[in-house]
Amino acid sequence: MVPESYYLVLSGIMFAVGVVGVVSRRNALIILMSIEIMLNAVNLAFVAAGSYLGDPAGNVFAFMVMTVAAAEAAVGLAIVIAIFRHRETVDVSELKELKF
Amino acid sequence: MLRILWLVPALPLLGVIINGILALFFERPLLLRKYYEDLEKGVHEEDSHGHGAEDHPLFHHWYRQLVSITGPSVVGAAFFVALVCVLILVKRPPHERVFQLDLFTWIQSGEFRTAFSLYLDPLSSVMILVVTGVGFLIHVYSVGYMAHEKGYARYFVYLNLFTFAMLVLVLASNYLLLFVGWEAVGLCSYLLIGYWYEKKSASDAGKKAFIVNRVGDFGFALGMFLLFWTVGSLNFSEVFPKALEMWEAGTLTPAVATAITLLLFVGATGKSAQIPLYVWLPDAMEGPTPVSALIHAATMVTAGVYMVARSNVLYLMSPTTLTVVAVIGGATALFAATIGVAQNDMKRVLAYSTVSQLGYMFLACGVGAFTAGIFHLMTHAFFKALLFLGSGSVMHALAGELDIRKMGGLKKYMPVTFWTFFLATLAISGIPGFSGFFSKDEILWRAFSSPFGGKVFWLLGTVAAFVTAFYMFRMVFLAFFGETRLSPELKEHVHESPKVMTVPLMILAVLSVVGGFVGIPPILGGSNRFEHFLEPVFEKGAELVPAAPHHFSHSLELGLMVLAVLVAAAGIYLAYHFYMKKPELPGKVAEKYPVLYDVVANKYYVDEIYHAIVVYPVYRFSVFLWEVFDVLVVDGIVNGVGRVLLGTGQAVRRLQTGVVHTYAVSLLIGAVILVGYLIFG
Amino acid sequence: MDLQSILLSLKAIVPEMILTATGCLVLLYDLLIPEENRGVHAGISAVGVITALFSVLWFGSERIEAFSGMLAQDTFGSFFTVVVLVSLLLTLMLSRSYNDWEGIQKGEFYALLLFSSVGMLVMAKATDMMTIFLGLELLSIPIYVLVGFDRKRLSSVEGALKYFLLGAFATGFLLYGMALLYAATGATSLSGIAAFAGKENVFGNTLFLAGTALLFVGFGFKVSLVPFHMWTPDAYQGAPTPVTAFMSAGPKAAAFAAVIRVLVVAFPESHPFLLKGLWVVAALTMTVGNVSALVQDDVKRMLAYSSIAHAGYVLVGLVSGDRLGGQAAMYYLFVYSLMNIGAFAIVMLLSEGEERGYAIENFRGVGFRYPVLGALMTVFLVSLGGIPPTAGFVGKFYLFSAAVKKGLILLTVIGVLNSAASVYYYLRVVVYMYMLPERAEEVRPRPVGVGVALALFIATVGVIALGIFPKGLLSFAESSILSIFLS
Repeated sequence: MVPESYYLVLSGIMFAVGVVGVVSRRNALIILMSIEIMLNAVNLAFVAAGSYLGDPAGNVFAFMVMTVAAAEAAVGLAIVIAIFRHRETVDVSELKELKF
Repeated sequence: MLRILWLVPALPLLGVIINGILALFFERPLLLRKYYEDLEKGVHEEDSHGHGAEDHPLFHHWYRQLVSITGPSVVGAAFFVALVCVLILVKRPPHERVFQLDLFTWIQSGEFRTAFSLYLDPLSSVMILVVTGVGFLIHVYSVGYMAHEKGYARYFVYLNLFTFAMLVLVLASNYLLLFVGWEAVGLCSYLLIGYWYEKKSASDAGKKAFIVNRVGDFGFALGMFLLFWTVGSLNFSEVFPKALEMWEAGTLTPAVATAITLLLFVGATGKSAQIPLYVWLPDAMEGPTPVSALIHAATMVTAGVYMVARSNVLYLMSPTTLTVVAVIGGATALFAATIGVAQNDMKRVLAYSTVSQLGYMFLACGVGAFTAGIFHLMTHAFFKALLFLGSGSVMHALAGELDIRKMGGLKKYMPVTFWTFFLATLAISGIPGFSGFFSKDEILWRAFSSPFGGKVFWLLGTVAAFVTAFYMFRMVFLAFFGETRLSPELKEHVHESPKVMTVPLMILAVLSVVGGFVGIPPILGGSNRFEHFLEPVFEKGAELVPAAPHHFSHSLELGLMVLAVLVAAAGIYLAYHFYMKKPELPGKVAEKYPVLYDVVANKYYVDEIYHAIVVYPVYRFSVFLWEVFDVLVVDGIVNGVGRVLLGTGQAVRRLQTGVVHTYAVSLLIGAVILVGYLIFG
Repeated sequence: MDLQSILLSLKAIVPEMILTATGCLVLLYDLLIPEENRGVHAGISAVGVITALFSVLWFGSERIEAFSGMLAQDTFGSFFTVVVLVSLLLTLMLSRSYNDWEGIQKGEFYALLLFSSVGMLVMAKATDMMTIFLGLELLSIPIYVLVGFDRKRLSSVEGALKYFLLGAFATGFLLYGMALLYAATGATSLSGIAAFAGKENVFGNTLFLAGTALLFVGFGFKVSLVPFHMWTPDAYQGAPTPVTAFMSAGPKAAAFAAVIRVLVVAFPESHPFLLKGLWVVAALTMTVGNVSALVQDDVKRMLAYSSIAHAGYVLVGLVSGDRLGGQAAMYYLFVYSLMNIGAFAIVMLLSEGEERGYAIENFRGVGFRYPVLGALMTVFLVSLGGIPPTAGFVGKFYLFSAAVKKGLILLTVIGVLNSAASVYYYLRVVVYMYMLPERAEEVRPRPVGVGVALALFIATVGVIALGIFPKGLLSFAESSILSIFLS
């Protein structure tokens, strides 16, 4: 059987990939996708830990995260569309009206 | 019976409410109406002080009469109640002269309890009598002085509010409530300094007072927290006995006592305008003159002295702090007095004079002579309030002119103002028999003889007394004596002030003359009843005072007293010599008519040398101090701190770029640091 | 779980149920009424909120472990329920007029406010990481929408997008922290984590420590602590002003409730270590917030920065790490809600619409032309600056004396220094109101409706009365904090 730490390391790598995506990409949609990757890393960690502990709570938590992530994505896309209507772009680095 | 004490602060508060309603519902609509009428007529409000369109119905509305009655009378009633309370207190034996009136618990958690409660003991008795008594006279005076102002009710709201706050300050039974009053008087003071908010200098001055007092309040708050941490209470009735206990047990170390008292003293330097935080006071003269008299001379600025005297037990535990207090006080006394020499604006002379006199009070506290400090506080309240009100009367008569070089000969135009002003000047100069003489002499003697004192402090005080006599008489001679230098149209205008203004002047003049009689020292055959009255307050602290190293003889005390009088007389003579007898001397007359004066060349020669080596350098030095130290250094530091803060703010806001990535990176960095700290830290 | 315990559990979430039902009702009713009558939703919502408040008074003192230990109703939860509901009530009063002025009068607005508040209540009562997470998300998602509610205005949508992206990003950290904590301890409940930390040596346990750190990153974001604060000014400035006022009060209080509960229940052992980290964060937060606020000319943005600084003050109470500190923090959160919403209300009245901004210039001469507005604003600002005799002073005094008692002298010095500096920018507004002549083109405040007047009245009375008679609220806070310390 694959040791638990392998899963955790994998989830750590996925999380890092997500974080780098958020920090380096300028397209709001890709940032959203990167956040999804981070959340999936979280799910992986929960499920792996849950199954090694023999505890269903980890799986339940993962389901919660998935549900909430869906709701969050819906709201996020709506906001991105609202931005697009104003600026015809989804490049977040061009949104600098509020600053200092 | 003493339970009526709550009325003392409550009455001015009632005045705030009544006048507030009048200001809001009667004065404001009228002002707005006038404003729009003026707008329609195209009139600009160029005349912000007095003498506007006085025929406007605004100035004849009945609400003004009502304000004229309620404003002063609430304070008068408070004075009456205070007097009754103090008389009841005095009837008690000396050691039972403490009364605490618990109104309600304010903050409570566990063993720590702070109440809204009033604390009447001899020290606060003196303070409430001064605040309500002098305050009442100034309120009455204001009725006449402010009669031509548009914001009449508003003014009395502020003034009543100030009186209320000041009474809370002096009647507080704990440091926290004292701090409440402390901040509240500050706020009222800014409101009143900026009363003529249309004037930019006025609002600037309000701001300056505000910023400088931040520094002081910061010190005060920290001192309070430290005291709370060490002693575990902030109530006067608990703090001092407990501090003494801890002192004897050794749990309260001198270092901690020094830290607490120094921090509290930082607060006092802010509020009482001592070096280096005095800069706001001269600028505060932008406010109406009765305000200067009440807040910036008689009451608020003495709050620092009151606080130090109240904390005498703590201060006596730390000789270091006492020395600091005495040095700052003495230095301020001399320093501010020398600046006073170079000022030509009447109110500014008085402002520096106030700073200097407050320095005396701190000098007294610093040498452990708290009674003398409070005594001087009281007499100073009389004569300085009188001087300010007198200058206000002059200002009133001269349509706002305050430059003493443009006055002269006012004696014959305004006799009451002159005579009262003159008596106050004699008092502040320390002429025997006048109130200032007794209190100042007490301070000088204690500075010389106290175990915490020293000859240096005495010297500082004596030199300052000389300078004080000089600049005060310079002002009197220039303003009231000699030929008038008034412009013709002003000459037409000049008049004695109305009764409502001169009667308070006369009452204050009487007080300035006889106010010292309560504290005649034994050496002059008196029994210093003032000191005995206050003794119970300072008794506990007195146990901490080491025995005097020497015993001084009576003849020495008497000798020093005579010396001080001679010094004052010398100052007066010098002023007389230069501004009365030879008013032309500092001027250029001598150069213009050399032949005429050739005959008396020899005499002249002496005078010239004297002028060159004594007067001129002192004058130059004074101007130098004012320009360099005051304007550049102290203002510079105040502005500098502000600029550094604002600069940092500008720098920090640049980080807020508006780009999401910056924010995300900031979050990421924070996360990495936090994780790293928890794992490896 | 038998019927009995389900019923008991439901009793623990009565206010949540009332708010949810009210929200649904508003949404449904919105379909039935014509557009111009939509202001009535504010009234309906307010009735719901007041009912919920009464239900708290009715059931709130009883301690209930609900839903198998996922939620707990205790005095602590009730305290924050009251804070959130009062903030919500004031916000509703402001929103009605504001939405009319800005032309965004919609039923969803009120429903979203109500749903978001449900999330806050859940968060305040949560005793399990799962419910904390759910509460947090239920709180955040409606707020993202509310920030961007004025979708015709770019700044509103921009603020929403920034808040959303960073919020989701921070949620990722929070969740990952929870996952790591779960992996390390095998528990999702706070007491389970505490039990693990009591048995094992957690200081060598990398998973546990990293999880803890990431959890606090997520919380730090929500209560806007430096360096997780960067979203705050932009989101606050972009959001419709009543939403801004609400964000600075309700969500912040709820998130702090979760932080306090986590600190007290889950990490009692590793406290000192964690507190040292929070010490630095508190000092940074106060300083950065205040220093940035010093140079703002837009009052709304200035108050946004100041709210960062205030989070720092509250954190000082938590760093003290004892009962007194917690009590002080709770008291402060309550009065902060009142004074901040009050200040935002006045700012809102003096604006000429969101598009024109909230320049400090608008305040010139207001003190004389509109004395009541000026006086109220002064009261709020004086309280924010911590000047007696207002509630803000009592709160700060409490916070700092708790810190002093714990020997945190340096932190107190930093805090008091910050507080002294902050008075500069608060009173700068007062200076504009009272000491500067009016602008040539006069700013006429918007007409003050009944709702706004009532909100201002409640806020003012609260700020002054709680400053002079703080005892009741303080003892409420004390019994609240005791209820989790002793459980």
